[in-house]
Amino acid sequence: MSLFSFTLIFAMAALSICVVLIGIRFAMGPTLPDRITCFDMFVSNIIGIVAIYTELTGNHDFIDVAIILSLFGFLGSISFAYYLMKSTR
Amino acid sequence: MFENINFLLIREIISSVLIIMGVVFMLIAAIGLLRFPDFYIRMSAITKGSTLGLGLILTGMGTYFNEPDILLKVLLIIGFTFLTAPVAAHVIGRTAVRNKIPFWERTDLEEFKDYLRKEHSTHRDHERDNKHL
Repeated sequence: MSLFSFTLIFAMAALSICVVLIGIRFAMGPTLPDRITCFDMFVSNIIGIVAIYTELTGNHDFIDVAIILSLFGFLGSISFAYYLMKSTR
Repeated sequence: MFENINFLLIREIISSVLIIMGVVFMLIAAIGLLRFPDFYIRMSAITKGSTLGLGLILTGMGTYFNEPDILLKVLLIIGFTFLTAPVAAHVIGRTAVRNKIPFWERTDLEEFKDYLRKEHSTHRDHERDNKHL
């Protein structure tokens, strides 16, 4: 195993630790906007993991997954915020 | 003069450095999300940290592949993220203020109250929403 692939696996492990920390905040977050921001951060972490996995395998097709995921993360957080704004009036 | 330079090694080193920097930013943002006392402070931490970290990780991936179409897709993702993350944070923060999410007790709210007072003179329905402040 070269130093480069070791670096990539280390980066993926660190991002997985990030996902675990976000999951803890998602479970104990006192309010709903906390959970929406957790979802936002979660999606950007998953985009990072997909990018590092693309570099690790050398398969170009996974970048499209990252594009679609960035679009869906924005739409998800915006629609959750809109729902929250409408449901409490 | 370029025969005995290993370009693959140089690209791997640059990509590794960029990815490690991005991952460190992501980790700082996640720790901030877990440890900060208030919803608004947490939101500021993770918006800046995750946007910059994601940009660095994707730049590292683009420099490793060294192809034009990969670079175009990477620039598309980075541009979209840099454009949409502040917008999403603004909308969520505005929703949180409307929904009376409490501030940290040590936050200085004087300018915010001045702003709300100025808003009240023009919009009547804001007054009903922000009475708790």
